[in-house]
Amino acid sequence: MSDIFSRKGDGAADRVVVRMTDLRKTYFMGHGSGGGLFGKRGGGEVLTVHALRGVSLEFREGEYVAIMGQSGSGKSTMLNLLGCLDRPTSGEYILGGYDVAQLDDDELSEVRSRSIGFIFQSYNLIQQYTVTENIQLPLTYQGNGIISEEAQERTMELARLVGLHDRLDHRPNQLSGGQQQRVAIARSLINDPYIILADEATGNLDSATSYEIMSMLGKLNDAGKTIIMVTHEPDIAEYAKRIIRMKDGVIVEDGPSPRMLVELDEENHAEVVA
Amino acid sequence: MGRILRSVKLGMKSLMLHKLRSGLTVLGIVFGVAAVIAMLAIAEGSRREAQARFQMLGATNVIYRSVKPSDEAQLSTGGRPARILNYGLKYEDFDRILATVPNIKKILPIREIRKQIRHDEHALDGRIVGTTKDYAEFNHLEIERGRFLSQHDDDDYKTYAVLGSDTAKKLFPYEDPLGQAVKLGSDYYTVIGVTKERASTAGIGGSLAAQDYNKDVYIPLSSCRVRFGERIMNFRSGSMEAEETQLSQITIQLTSTDVVSQTVPIIKGAVEPFHPKVDIDMTVPYDLIMEAERTARQYAIILGTIASISLLVGGIGIMNIMLATVTERTREIGIRRALGAKRGDITQQFLIETVVLSGVGGLLGVAIGVIIPYAIAQFVAETKAQVTWNSIILAFGISVAVGIIFGLYPANRAANMDPIEALRHE
Repeated sequence: MSDIFSRKGDGAADRVVVRMTDLRKTYFMGHGSGGGLFGKRGGGEVLTVHALRGVSLEFREGEYVAIMGQSGSGKSTMLNLLGCLDRPTSGEYILGGYDVAQLDDDELSEVRSRSIGFIFQSYNLIQQYTVTENIQLPLTYQGNGIISEEAQERTMELARLVGLHDRLDHRPNQLSGGQQQRVAIARSLINDPYIILADEATGNLDSATSYEIMSMLGKLNDAGKTIIMVTHEPDIAEYAKRIIRMKDGVIVEDGPSPRMLVELDEENHAEVVA
Repeated sequence: MGRILRSVKLGMKSLMLHKLRSGLTVLGIVFGVAAVIAMLAIAEGSRREAQARFQMLGATNVIYRSVKPSDEAQLSTGGRPARILNYGLKYEDFDRILATVPNIKKILPIREIRKQIRHDEHALDGRIVGTTKDYAEFNHLEIERGRFLSQHDDDDYKTYAVLGSDTAKKLFPYEDPLGQAVKLGSDYYTVIGVTKERASTAGIGGSLAAQDYNKDVYIPLSSCRVRFGERIMNFRSGSMEAEETQLSQITIQLTSTDVVSQTVPIIKGAVEPFHPKVDIDMTVPYDLIMEAERTARQYAIILGTIASISLLVGGIGIMNIMLATVTERTREIGIRRALGAKRGDITQQFLIETVVLSGVGGLLGVAIGVIIPYAIAQFVAETKAQVTWNSIILAFGISVAVGIIFGLYPANRAANMDPIEALRHE
């Protein structure tokens, strides 16, 4: 682990966990093309939306990436593809060595339960479940769904990590927004995923809590976790080490975050002074 | 197995989130199942009751009774009512049956006369029954003290009498009746036995008079024949009516129930040509049992069907609620799918919830369905309800099947949602 810290988590020397090659996604929105009562009049007119027009990129283990862009820029589509919630129209998507673009629905589910951790804007906890059960949810969809002794211990460990070990039997509605999001973070870690996807993770939180959550994500990244977040807030994006900007379905900018540049400057400055 | 158990546990949690809604949904199934069990229990109870009643008459028996022909029938034969009304079974009939009909195990002639029975100053209007030794067995009479009539009593024209329990109590309130004399008509008879108390039988099909065995006096048929003769005079408010009957009833016991249906026509052939006036009536308990069985089955089908409809309605209620639940929990479905649930997992989850609903309803329904019949039997009527295991298994099975059938559509609808759309759902 100290190894990762020494590399400053820029991922330069680590193995590639995500590789996208010329990824395209096109939606066809039919207008009366169903051949229904008004099918003829619609004339089979189909609206084609090119959400992604050829995206190629690589994420290495331990990277902390923010994907930015306005609505319609294709960042949501990007997130859905990254999260294996959807399949690309064309192109290649390698996640942890597997080509997931070709998988069927059940196999994609399997990948989601084993290799991806999700953190959502609105926490998305199951209301009738306790903290423990929510954290363990991804495990119930693996194999025979039995929670092993080991997994129980891991749950405790993660609950301690996010500071909720004394609220294991609480339900989401007994927790504050920040606490719920911490449960979601613990949940995203339970399956030890290749990547953690955070979709506007602080969107519903006040700035103090946002800071708390972001520093927690920062610590996870420091510990070697690969984090990819989608946001439209520049100050949140700055917590990341790499920022990708999207517009009209293509990447328009990809580089280190301003925070990194500052640090880099300081290092250079120190070198110069020395 | 562990997984299913866990799913059931978690399903319960989801259902407990809306206690009232789940409770009301379950109620539909509860009533359906309870209705099925209770209805079938009542049908089964009445079937057994009828069975028991006919069994009492003996499934292998064929019973002939003398009946007084209607006035119209009397007119058609005699022009005007005869001064002495001569009707009913004859000794010849008895002999003819015995001589010509196969498969007979035992045959019992009975002569009944209503007369006053006296002992000293005690008197009682009872029934004198002239019969043979087999009567006790045919009618399931048990002897409390002494003995019943024997073959010798009949052969030797003995003046012995066996008293019914009521008769004995009325005539000999403070004495031992055995060895005492009772006066029947103009003769005295020595009491040789007393029967145990026995519940009276209800009349069946109008052909058998309701019988209170406890008020009877049994004497040998031979003695009855020579001492009372065949003519009975009744004096009623100034007019006199005379009847002439030889035997009141002949009960034929056949070797087994298998031969009943084939022997009945033979018996008819031996007896009925000699009775052009309809003055005898045949009862075949076996036919009655079969008839009762058929009726009971139809009864059970009709009641069961009606009750099943309420189960069906309950099932539709479940489906309705589950569809609403699926829509309401779209987002939850999205979350689960995003976190790795396969379509099959979602289907299973909702199916289990539905089956838990219907299963819990089924269990409660079984409990209530078992209580209702006993409550009815206890407080309302003398109908005896009989809950059978079959009906419990059937009703519970149907309730679970209803859960599966009506749960499949909502569950599939949930499973086929697009996870991205579902996640976006507010």
